[in-house]
Amino acid sequence: MDGVETILGADPEAMVSQLLELGRDLCLRLFEGMAGLRAFDDRAVILQRQGRIGTYPTFYGEEAVQTASVVALEERDWLFPTYRQTAVVTLRGCPPLVPLLMWRGHPGGWHDVMRYRVAPVCVPVATNLPHAVGAAWGARLRSADWVALGYAGDGATSAGDFHEACNLAAVTGSPVIFLVNNNQWAISTPLRRQTRVQRLAEKAAAYGMPGLRVDAFDVFACHRVLRRAAELARSGGGPTLVEAVGYRLGPHGTADEPALYRSPAADRLWAPMEPLGRAQLGLVSAGLADAGELAEIRGRASARLLAAAEELERSPRVTLEEIADTVHLSTPWDLSPDHLREPSWAAAGE
Amino acid sequence: MSLVSYRDAVRSALRDEMLRDQRVILMGEDITGYGGSYAVTKGLVEEFGPKRVMETPIAEAGIVGFAVGAAMGGLIPVAELMTVNFALLALDQIVNSAAKCHYMFGGQWSVPLVVRTVSGFGQLGPTHSQTFEGWFASVPGLKVVMPATPADARGLLLAAIRDPDPVIFIEHSLLYSTKGELPEGEAADEEVPIGSAKVVRAGTDVTLVAYSRMLLQALQAAEELERSDGVSCEVVDLRTLRPVDYPTVVESVRRTHQLVLCGEDWRTGGFGASLLSELSDRCFDDLDAPIQRVASPDVPMAYSRQLERSLIPTSDEVVEVVRRLN
Ligand SMILES: Cc1ncc(C[n+]2csc(CCOP(=O)(O)OP(=O)(O)O)c2C)c(N)n1
Ligand SMILES: [Mg+2]
Repeated sequence: MDGVETILGADPEAMVSQLLELGRDLCLRLFEGMAGLRAFDDRAVILQRQGRIGTYPTFYGEEAVQTASVVALEERDWLFPTYRQTAVVTLRGCPPLVPLLMWRGHPGGWHDVMRYRVAPVCVPVATNLPHAVGAAWGARLRSADWVALGYAGDGATSAGDFHEACNLAAVTGSPVIFLVNNNQWAISTPLRRQTRVQRLAEKAAAYGMPGLRVDAFDVFACHRVLRRAAELARSGGGPTLVEAVGYRLGPHGTADEPALYRSPAADRLWAPMEPLGRAQLGLVSAGLADAGELAEIRGRASARLLAAAEELERSPRVTLEEIADTVHLSTPWDLSPDHLREPSWAAAGE
Repeated sequence: MSLVSYRDAVRSALRDEMLRDQRVILMGEDITGYGGSYAVTKGLVEEFGPKRVMETPIAEAGIVGFAVGAAMGGLIPVAELMTVNFALLALDQIVNSAAKCHYMFGGQWSVPLVVRTVSGFGQLGPTHSQTFEGWFASVPGLKVVMPATPADARGLLLAAIRDPDPVIFIEHSLLYSTKGELPEGEAADEEVPIGSAKVVRAGTDVTLVAYSRMLLQALQAAEELERSDGVSCEVVDLRTLRPVDYPTVVESVRRTHQLVLCGEDWRTGGFGASLLSELSDRCFDDLDAPIQRVASPDVPMAYSRQLERSLIPTSDEVVEVVRRLN
């Protein structure tokens, strides 16, 4: 692919030498991260089918980009997710039960934002990006050396907030990374109807920041590119737009049926790019791991999710009071449980 | 007469107006491949082509701004915003452009456009389950309609597309599969006039005013109250939120002397609040009790299915409020 940085897609010798350069520890850490995300995604889809959680946007195929985005950054760096990155917080040490509870609408699903430095999920697309810029600017003003990363889809690049965020970041020189996951589809809308620019990284030029393209199914290349962007931001070089070029291997979400709008043949052609299998092939051929130990890593991840799903079953019911109590930090009288239960005239002693 | 779904009724109005008037175009996200997020426009791109059924990038402010310009350019755009929640991103274009063109330029022309959007819930979470009709209804320069039945969905959409001013047309996700009869023959082409309410059930003891999904809840409550309590409810479907057909409501209250307003939006500042203020003026001498409201409690919608159920106004709540009156 044109100008797309890749390691697993390079010729075999180049691939092996680049993987060796990354080293076994980092390679296995990246694989383990992907295994954790895959296990989460598989389990969440099952739970949705069983009616135990709500409509769920699967991220099957995006494990490489998401894992790299966490591992390439430092723990002090901020992440600003959308509906498709609800499990990245587990790569920061949060138990998978927490995002599962979120998908069930349970207060236990509110992960500790300040501890994990993963912002609350934004569903209206691109609305998280200005937040990432503001947070990054906060780092500048407080002379902190953390950076911020905001996730976006290809479709989100059409939204006004995307443009405003990119421009704000560049003009303020904020240490932020815009990670655009170009999976070629926004629900049923293909990229060519979204924009005439087929290389989304080119959009960066209009804002005066670098734009990089990377193979979205290659966790190792994603790591290298994101690391570079983070270093640039950390050293005062300002924002970068990283376009991860891939394909949405799954449906938009559990309520979607892709056969209605795209060719199953294209799906089949892309299917072998599935990032865990591809990474495994690379690691085994480079002699960095054997298939048995990789299978063990995946087995451990699945077992962990099974246990989380069992715990999910035991979580207590939510009450209206819990919800009302979280609307404000200091709850005003009109959200008191008594007031919510009784219409005003009854409370007034009618 | 055959039964037609609310979804098909909306589609039939779009299709017929596109056939009748070449200037009518549709635009919105996912409206071709998918037929829109609620499959309302399914099949229309095949019939009218991608120039008149335009799939847009994800850009709500741009979509409505484009529609305003297209209306200036001689077209009659019907823009679909996936849900009313995404209309928030287009509010400036709706309020400061669409609603103001006529006024700010001395009434030379208006922008005949329709923004179709969807209200509703069903485990969609706090940012995707909101009910904002009251906000739009507070803006002079807009007309706001919210049909409850397939026949009204068709008739009001015909009226909205033919109207020379901007109209906000709000559908309800939980109504799409409900069915009803559509007028046939010559009557099929008849509009339901914007600004006309309708008494859909006659009664003598209490007037229930509702619109959209709450109409069905009010009707159900009326049945229950008749059966269990012997209370006779008159039910008025408001259908249009701006301008409101106050005379129809006032006339009903003259007969029943009691009034309950049913809505899904928040109690504070919801549409019912403005309705209440106007109707307490107009009906004061006819009322035997303070006007009552059924509304959502002032909290963001819960994502939990169990909690969501407890937050959404239902017929049970309407029954309870009427019982407290009597
Ligand atoms: C502002 C806004 N408009 C519409 C939607 C409805 N919607 C949800 S996901 C989606 C597609 C987004 O596509 P993309 O940005 O490519 O991300 P992907 O889902 O492919 O990860 C749309 C239109 C939304 N969430 N936000
Ligand atoms: Mg996409």
